[in-house]
This record gives sequence, structure tokens and C-alpha cells, in this order.
Amino acid sequence: MLEASDIKKLAQLSRIKLSASEEESLRAEMDSILTYVAEVQEVSLQTKGKRAPEHRNVFRDDAEPHGSGVYTERVLSAAPFRDGDHVKVKKIL
Amino acid sequence: MGIDLSKLSIRTAHEHLVKGDFSPVELAEAYRSSLSSRNTKINAYLEVFSDIKDQASCVSEQLKSGSLLAGIPLAIKDNILIEGREVTSASKILVGYKASYDATVIKKLKSAGAVFLGRTNMDEFAMGGSTENSAFGVTRNPVDEARVAGGSSGGSAAAVAMDGALAALGSDTGGSVRQPASFCGVVGLKPTYGRVSRHGLMAMGSSLDQIGPITKCVDDAEILFNAMKGVDPYDATSRDFSNIDTKKGKFVIGVPRDFTDQDGIDPSVRKNFEESIVRLKAQGCEIRDIALPTIRYSLAVYYIIMPAEVSSNLARFDGVKYGLHKDGGGLLTDYLETRGQGFGKEARRRIMLGTYVLSAGYYDAYYDKANAVRELITQEFKECFSSGIDAVLTPTTPAPAFAIGEKAADPLAMYLADIFTVTANIAGIPALSVPSGTTLVSGKKLPLGIQFMADYGREDVLFSVGKMFEEAVQ
Repeated sequence: MLEASDIKKLAQLSRIKLSASEEESLRAEMDSILTYVAEVQEVSLQTKGKRAPEHRNVFRDDAEPHGSGVYTERVLSAAPFRDGDHVKVKKIL
Repeated sequence: MGIDLSKLSIRTAHEHLVKGDFSPVELAEAYRSSLSSRNTKINAYLEVFSDIKDQASCVSEQLKSGSLLAGIPLAIKDNILIEGREVTSASKILVGYKASYDATVIKKLKSAGAVFLGRTNMDEFAMGGSTENSAFGVTRNPVDEARVAGGSSGGSAAAVAMDGALAALGSDTGGSVRQPASFCGVVGLKPTYGRVSRHGLMAMGSSLDQIGPITKCVDDAEILFNAMKGVDPYDATSRDFSNIDTKKGKFVIGVPRDFTDQDGIDPSVRKNFEESIVRLKAQGCEIRDIALPTIRYSLAVYYIIMPAEVSSNLARFDGVKYGLHKDGGGLLTDYLETRGQGFGKEARRRIMLGTYVLSAGYYDAYYDKANAVRELITQEFKECFSSGIDAVLTPTTPAPAFAIGEKAADPLAMYLADIFTVTANIAGIPALSVPSGTTLVSGKKLPLGIQFMADYGREDVLFSVGKMFEEAVQ
């Protein structure tokens, strides 16, 4: 069973502000979902172990970089706040 | 100029365009006027592009060179990027965001001369099975407007079903192309994981997502798939399957009875499924009962792995780099406010779930275990296909389209609608939903669909069996 404090902690980790009523409804909903998905724990894995996945990361050659600043404007134009060629953020420390 | 849109397929439209029976501009205009008469009620499109005519007027080169997609009007799901156009994943957090590049599939379709009519409604960030999670209202089913069109690619399926587009693109993480296609009476394909590039598709569950076509017939799905497939240096998970031979001779269809006969399946779906098996036999297919004992855990595996990936993928929406920004007074409080207000309820729920299953105390019991079971399911499918089975048959959905609001209060009931479709995403195999008839509910003939799943890279088997089945239904 999830506790109210678990929901608060998860919301904090998820960087999401929840209303008190949503915290309560989520607690019940997540409980029922987690009870359902916990059925994976019934599966016996004694016979077959995990194998390496077929899909592997592919890295491009470290060559032919695009010209400096080609995409700057396109990318920065999406930012809510900017200062010249920088994304503007609030003070961290 | 009257064009009977209901009779057109991509191939027949192409033939008419080549013969000059109508021009690409006339075809695009016909679709625009058809969709505008129904979209107010159905809400399939979030935006109809204002430059449809301009797009359609410059495809003569591609038409001359024989491109089947030249001048073909398509609807695009709102999570696929088209440079310079707004794209929101039906979320408030991205309102006003304009794509800074073309998705690889869009680039390919543009060079083939396709015309984009607009962007279609969906469940927010592709999370849901009804489009009720869209921030911009539900998409109604064109067959019965009191019912959902399915989801998450509900707008794309409805657009095709209402003759508001000749074909459409959706994305499928757990059934989001096949389930709405089934609910709306059209064809939906989820390609093999890695077969179609996801570069430019907003990520939901990165180990599961694929872009797929929603079309009026299997042949159209094949045409779009062929135009989109291929290795892409911008998608590290894309793979080459080009050496696979085309299947010849009699098809062997496997039916996992333990899975298809389980509780909770609507009697109309069961009846239709048995009828579909008879049809396939009559077409010369061999039907074999098979056992895939672990696939019944697919849905549970899915609702662990997918939220885990969602919680990571959606971390990028923070009100700093793009999209909505809500001021909370400081950096952390800005995040909390922006994400709290910008994400809808289902997105918030799945981020929370994903955060839970990945957290230190529960990782082994949920995420790690789910991945191990996923591997077991994958092995079962591999053994099944190597034992001579060409395709595995199930219904696409456990019931026909449900009423709007029917499952809104119970997320788990909504998730159970994915029971047959998620298996293909878990294993990474291709799957095709084909209309298999209708069932009469409150005076409306609701569409039903069946699903074929094939071995890795064997979309060719799906197209052959799918076309055979289509003929048998007609």
C-alpha cells in the first residue's frame, strides 16, 4: 500500500506539483495499477536467463561536424526566455 | 468536379492522377472540403494546414517519376515533427511549439510528393487508448459519434475513416495505431521495432515506439511502409532487414488459445474471431493451435517498462528549453508549476508510476523483473516462428469501441483494452490490424478487427496474409 508520504515524495522526484485531492486519487489509482503489474513477480525465471539485447547503441563517426551556429537560432527560438545566444534560467545557487 | 473519395485507395488515386482524371490540387481540395464538413463534430484534426493547395501544386515532378505517393493527401499525428509547423503531442505543455526539423519519415514522404493535410488529435504524448487524454477534446468515432475513436492515434484513424484523409501516420507504443484502426474500421500497421526511423517522433516509450500507417486497405499500408522504412543514421535503433526473402506457398497461422480464450473478451469479438479463422482456412491457410504461455504477462510488463521510459523521456519538458513556462518564483518551483499545470492527468500518473518502478527500493521487483519477463516473451515468439508458424492471430481488441467517458474514471480498465496489442511491442515484432466485420450495438454497426503478428522483419508476410483476409471479408 502506498502511503500519502510516498505520493508526496514521488511527486517531488517527478518535479510535478499536485493538488491534495489529486494526491489522494493517485494513491488509490497507483495502488490498483501496481497490484496488477505485480503479477510479473509470479513468473519463474529459473530456466532462462537474461540475454544481451539485439539492439545496440550506434555512434556516428567523429567527423564532418555541421558549421558553427547553423541551428542556434532555430533551437533558441523555442526557449521561453533567452539572453542573446543563451537560454536564460534562474539562479541555481 | 466530383471525386468519390470513399472509393479511392492510394493506388487508384495514383492511377487517376496519372491519367489526369483529376489533379493533385483537385484531390487535395476534395479532401479539405470533405474533412471540414465533419471535423467540427469528430475533432480528428487539431490543425488543418493553410497551404494544402500550395503543397499539392508542386508535386508534378514526383508524379512524372512514378511516385505512388505524389499528390496523396495524408494526415499526420501531432507527435511527428514537420519543420516550421506547430506540433504539440496534444499537450498544453507544447502549445505554440514549432518543429525545428523534419522527422525522417516526413522527409521521405515529402520527397515522394505526399501532401500533408494537417495534424491529428491524440492522447497527450500518446498515452491512452481513447484520445480522451488529449488537452484539446476527444476525437469521436465517425461510425458512432457517442463512442471513442480509440487511441492514442484516434485522430489519424478517424480522419481516414471519415474520408478526411486518404491515409494517415500514427505511432504505436502499445497498440496506438492498431487499436484505433480496429475501432474505426480501417487498417493499421506497427512495423518491426527498428524498421522505421523514429527520428522526429516525440519519444514516449523508446524501447517500444514505432511509427506506422493507418489506411483504408492493406495495399495502402504496404505502399506507405515501403516509403518510410530503412536504416537512418539519426535513429540508432534502426536496423536493416532488407535481405529477407518473400514468403511463398501456404501460410501457417498460429492461434494462442490460452491467450485468446481468456475472460473479459466481448462475445461479439469471440464470435468474429472464430469466423475469421474459418475464413482464413477457406483461403487455404493452415490453422495451428499454439502455446505462448508467458504472453499473458505482456500487459503487466508493458505497464512497468512504458511508464519507466515515460518518466525519463518527459523529463525534458521543464519550461526552460521549449514550450510552456509557468513561473513559480525559483528554478525548482518553476519546474513544479510548469509540469504540474502543463501535463494532463494521465501524463502525470504515468510519470509518477515510472518514477516509482525505477526507485531504488522497487527497481528489482518491478523494472528489472519486467525486463526479464520481456526477454522470456521474446524467446517464446522466436521459438514459435522458427517452428514453422508464419503469423500469430488474435483479435485486435477485446471489445468494440467503447462509449466516451465509459472508462475515464478507471485507468486500469482502460489499460486492459491494450491486452492483445502490447505483446507485439514487448517482443518488437511487426503486427497488422485488418477489419474483420462489424457487430450491431444500439443500432450502430461497430467495426471489429483482427491482428496478425509476424516474425522480425516479416512485414511481407503480414501484407500477403492481410490482403488474403481482406478478400475473404469482402
